[in-house]
Amino acid sequence: MLKAKHLLDPMDFSVEEMDEIFQLANQIISNPQDFSHICDGKILATLFYEPSTRTRLSFEAAMLRLGGSVIGFSEASSSSTAKGESIADTIRVVDCYADIAVMRHYKEGAPKIAAQYSSIPIINAGDGGHQHPTQTLTDLLTIKNIKGRLSNLTIGVCGDLKFGRTVHSLIKAMSRYSNVKFVLISPEELKVPNYIISEVLEKNNIEYMETNTMEEVIGELDILYMTRVQRERFFNEEDYIRLKDSYILDSDKMKLASENMIVMHPLPRVNEIAYEVDNDPRAYYFKQAKFGMYVRMALMIKLLGLM
Amino acid sequence: MISINSIKKGIVIDHISAGLGIEIFEYLQLQGADYIVALIMNAPSKKIGKKDIIKIENELDIDLRKLGLIDPNITINFIENETITKKIKLEIPTKVENVIYCKNPRCVTSVEEYIPHIFHLVDGKERLYRCEYCDDIVRFKDL
Repeated sequence: MLKAKHLLDPMDFSVEEMDEIFQLANQIISNPQDFSHICDGKILATLFYEPSTRTRLSFEAAMLRLGGSVIGFSEASSSSTAKGESIADTIRVVDCYADIAVMRHYKEGAPKIAAQYSSIPIINAGDGGHQHPTQTLTDLLTIKNIKGRLSNLTIGVCGDLKFGRTVHSLIKAMSRYSNVKFVLISPEELKVPNYIISEVLEKNNIEYMETNTMEEVIGELDILYMTRVQRERFFNEEDYIRLKDSYILDSDKMKLASENMIVMHPLPRVNEIAYEVDNDPRAYYFKQAKFGMYVRMALMIKLLGLM
Repeated sequence: MISINSIKKGIVIDHISAGLGIEIFEYLQLQGADYIVALIMNAPSKKIGKKDIIKIENELDIDLRKLGLIDPNITINFIENETITKKIKLEIPTKVENVIYCKNPRCVTSVEEYIPHIFHLVDGKERLYRCEYCDDIVRFKDL
């Protein structure tokens, strides 16, 4: 049983609770038929104020595979927000119709407000450039299943570390495991926010280095976590164009990496990983997406108190 | 040495770091007061070298959290019949609500106006606060 009612931040669950979710996800992977009716009669509301393909479909597929149903909207313009309704009012209405809700919002902290006004569990599916805790569950399950451990790892995160919410959530979550080192690869303008450095890395005495070149450090990594420079996070198009091609992982760069390094990416990718890398056995980003669905199945079962 | 009479009933805000007296004077809107008010600047202090003092001959409802934010060194003395009846040593507040406001344009508080602006203390020495919603860390003076 989880202590937290909602999942808003990757730190809402203890390491032990995360482990319970991973164990359940692996049980679902092994025996999906045992779980295909566990959510019969349950309704998931998907409140997506910002476009999303992967996360929304992943949640919808997860609930449908558990026997439940899905209602919701996929952009703010098709919701009552377009008429000026507040998050608090929207969630109090959704609360009447659904058993659990997942929210993606362009404003940072929006799911926290939803949780304050909701009697049903709220899952943060990404809030602006802030947090994306279910991507973190996905990432951790992938690392655990592929590398066999969540400690003793050197993790390179590359690209947009300023607005990349998946990176912020990943660093926070991995900070609780022993002997994890971070190599932060980004252009100067897209470095991780100060609160991640001071409140997470330095506070927990986690070894980290910041660099702007991938080639020099790729050979030291157990995991390379690539991210996209996100157009939607920039107020200025010129800045986006200047920075979007900062890092492109291709076969030449992969030659510099160890044979045990794995490449991860929260997807969608634009051009930061060349298509030629897809055939490299170290490329795990599509398997990672599949783990995402299973971990969301496990998460919803737990939040609904069904196991 | 300038002499300023003691007050009969009211408040003495003591041990204000020299230079911050005017800021507190303005925050308490004492410039328009119709009762006796004294702002003493650069008074000698054994504790902090130089200090500012504000004496107010009136009862005031003061937001101590905001004062603690401006200067956590302050002592507030409540006076009745020319004697101190209560003394409060301010501390920097660990949590403030609707005292400071989040300026991150990506924060949900920028659009949901009914939400209280809540900040949590991260570093008292540096006066760093973290927004409850977006986690943005700001120095109090930057707000």
